[in-house]
Amino acid sequence: MTGHRLRQALASLASVPVTLFGLVLVTFLIGRAMPIDPVIAIAGDHAPPDVIARVRLEMGLDQPLPVQFWIYLRNLLHGDLGHSVMTSRAVTEDIARFFPATLELATTAMIVAVLLGVPLGVVAAWRQGSRFDHVVRVFSLAGQSVPVFVLGLVCLLVFYAKLGIAPGTGQLDVAYEGLVPHITGMLVLDAALDGDWDEFWDAAAHLVQPAAVLAYFSMAYITRMTRAFMIEALSGEYIVTARAKGLSASRILWRHAFGNITVRLVTVLALAYAGLLEGAVITETVFSWPGIGLYLTGSLLNADMNAVLGATLVIGLVYLVLNLLSDLAYSLLDPRVR
Amino acid sequence: MLSRRTLLAASASSLAAPALFRSAEAATPKNAVVMAKAIDDIVGAFDPAQSYEFANNEACGNLYRKLIVPDPADTSKLVGDLAEKWDVSKDGLVFTFQIRRGVLFDSGKPLTAEDVAFSLQRVVKLNLTPGFILTQFGWNADNVEKMIRTTGDYTVELTLPAVQATTFVLYCLSATCGCVVEKASALANQTNNDLGNAWLKTHSAGAGPYRLVDWQASDHIILETNPHAAVKPRVPRVVIRHVAEPAAQLLALKKGDIDVARDLSADQLKTIAGDANYPPTRMGQLTSMYISLNMAVPEFKKPEVLQALKYAIDYEAIAKNITPGLWFVWQSFLPKGVPGAIGDAPFKKDVAKAKALLAQAGLPDGFTVTLDHFARSPFSEIAQAIQADMAAIGVKLNLQAGEQKQVISKMRARQHQMAMNTWFPDYLDANSNAQAFCANPDDSDASKLRILAWRTHFFDPAMTTAVDDAAKELDPAKRNAIYATMQRDFQQRAPFIMLLQNFEVDVARKGVSGLSIGVLPDYTRYAQIVKA
Repeated sequence: MTGHRLRQALASLASVPVTLFGLVLVTFLIGRAMPIDPVIAIAGDHAPPDVIARVRLEMGLDQPLPVQFWIYLRNLLHGDLGHSVMTSRAVTEDIARFFPATLELATTAMIVAVLLGVPLGVVAAWRQGSRFDHVVRVFSLAGQSVPVFVLGLVCLLVFYAKLGIAPGTGQLDVAYEGLVPHITGMLVLDAALDGDWDEFWDAAAHLVQPAAVLAYFSMAYITRMTRAFMIEALSGEYIVTARAKGLSASRILWRHAFGNITVRLVTVLALAYAGLLEGAVITETVFSWPGIGLYLTGSLLNADMNAVLGATLVIGLVYLVLNLLSDLAYSLLDPRVR
Repeated sequence: MLSRRTLLAASASSLAAPALFRSAEAATPKNAVVMAKAIDDIVGAFDPAQSYEFANNEACGNLYRKLIVPDPADTSKLVGDLAEKWDVSKDGLVFTFQIRRGVLFDSGKPLTAEDVAFSLQRVVKLNLTPGFILTQFGWNADNVEKMIRTTGDYTVELTLPAVQATTFVLYCLSATCGCVVEKASALANQTNNDLGNAWLKTHSAGAGPYRLVDWQASDHIILETNPHAAVKPRVPRVVIRHVAEPAAQLLALKKGDIDVARDLSADQLKTIAGDANYPPTRMGQLTSMYISLNMAVPEFKKPEVLQALKYAIDYEAIAKNITPGLWFVWQSFLPKGVPGAIGDAPFKKDVAKAKALLAQAGLPDGFTVTLDHFARSPFSEIAQAIQADMAAIGVKLNLQAGEQKQVISKMRARQHQMAMNTWFPDYLDANSNAQAFCANPDDSDASKLRILAWRTHFFDPAMTTAVDDAAKELDPAKRNAIYATMQRDFQQRAPFIMLLQNFEVDVARKGVSGLSIGVLPDYTRYAQIVKA
């Protein structure tokens, strides 16, 4: 790594704690401004005043806001995100349990979205104005316009309720509930590692619908961006030169045009992936998928602030890491940045 | 860089994903009962000393046993569960329980008086949310070991510091916090002297028909047969899946993915009414729906205004059109099913009378007020119906929908004007609701009792005294008479509009039967469920 690239990487790394601090501060303040008394979440509506007062004291809510934030920050630096009211477990333990489910869903969706979205965008740009291009444009526009929850519900209605060819919500059928060992937390992978193929196929079947819904949403975005980048690239003078030199169409398309959009495409893919990890909230709710989105939603409704802060922090961290990785990828892919 | 060939080949292979689709199995496993229910309300998890919500109380009722329980056929009577028999001293201060021999915990160890005393003592010592159910008798961390003690291997003696109505004490012992945990297991797993609280949140150590196998918050609860249970469940495994949406519950029921749907709405029940494949089981519950009228609002200080609002509402129309089969009209603060409840319903829609009362109060043109309510069915629909009813007498109701905890937070801070909410008794004795709705010895912010009367600024010393008197009355007939008077008085004067009381309606697939629904969640039993 050259000195310039090293400096760039260090600068990007240095921005991570500052951004995280901002994220924690804003989320903390929003949590405290919510019109729900977090003590009720723990003690319940019927609890007598002495219990309410004790819980308030235990939660440190009797302290001034800056002191509360300082205590939270200090614990955070020691890796302690507190305990979740909802699950009675440490938030770190919950995140280790819920995040892999989201990772499994988002990664599967992303793989499908990239494998379909990029070629569709490239071919549509190459055949700009053709019937194929029009179909791709309408298909991708619909993907970005239809709300994910509508698509999810329609899928459940058609494939599960009407046709009966897909399983319902959740990660597994009841028969397998609690049987897959927790190795990575990603059930399909864990079932495969466990060597139980019935469990594997059941988990994989449950993954298809939510992953397909998420994939369609991302694929639409990736296709549109790839198409736009490619149209711009194909109108470049170097493409005219390449044609004049008599290079084959595929070489012009993939080597010269596609090669030149990879840097921008990496940014699009990184943002789409981060969006999937964060935006799976609705899909997880519709499909009762026990991921970080469902955890965050449940925590919010229960005013479980430790859990909300912990989950938000993880999602923010994912964004930062993906951003950092795409920055690093630039310098590898683009000789001008080196 | 990816080659074109690789990229296209991989794209094509991703199209094979639908091959993973397979036919949904139209049956749940034979060895498991699968129920769909909203279980995202759990907070204190499964420690009986902390459990306080519907879903975990119901599970605790199947994991643990108590000294006494209400007779399912007639809840005004108590029957022994762990207690073979019990005696109460003439002065009403000493309760002696003879514990049934041969009862085994999930671990295989025998349940003794030591476990019973320990379980009740730890509720008092920990004093978590439901702790007040026992500490209200005067037991505290300092005196509880003397007041609740064993007098033999199978005898427990409870001494009260002051006289309390006998049934009041016994019904409190039948609440979830009266569940008996295995002392050895709790102490072996305690951390920081928590008497096993952290461990018992996610594990069980009881003598009930089931043991807790797994719990994922907002996802599922799995129970399995306790191998040492006195009565073995007919189906060895119970899976309770979190399905919040009633429509999704019905869909899963029809697809055969679940055996019992627990939270169907009136709309869903209508679609399967009369269908022999989905027989419903209905049981009256003790949850009341009411409107609190904050007396900090000047208009609500006038008794005529309170009466006018009570006469403005068409209760029957709401029950018939919005909540058919799920909620029924009930205008007493003691729900039907609680000993001492009266069935009087003095208020019916009478627009002329309501308008006359408003005029009598000096408000012939009505006034404007805000009603907070939960932003979900059926509360939103009921709020709209009440808004229309109020408009007919000239009262303009601004509706303010919010999350349940948001509405409750506002009420607790006494910042609401009108708020629609629900309330269920903490135990089956009349004192629970009487205290909540009527007792307010100190209306200041420093009050030690801040339940519903306080939250509404309903400061009525006579009513507060009546609550105390009834709680100490040893003669059941006299006690019921006090409650009857109190309820009638409350209906006329209190700043509460008692609207409805609920039913639980569970719908099982044909061939699945035996779920016994209790009037309170911890009296619901799974052990007799059978699958054809």
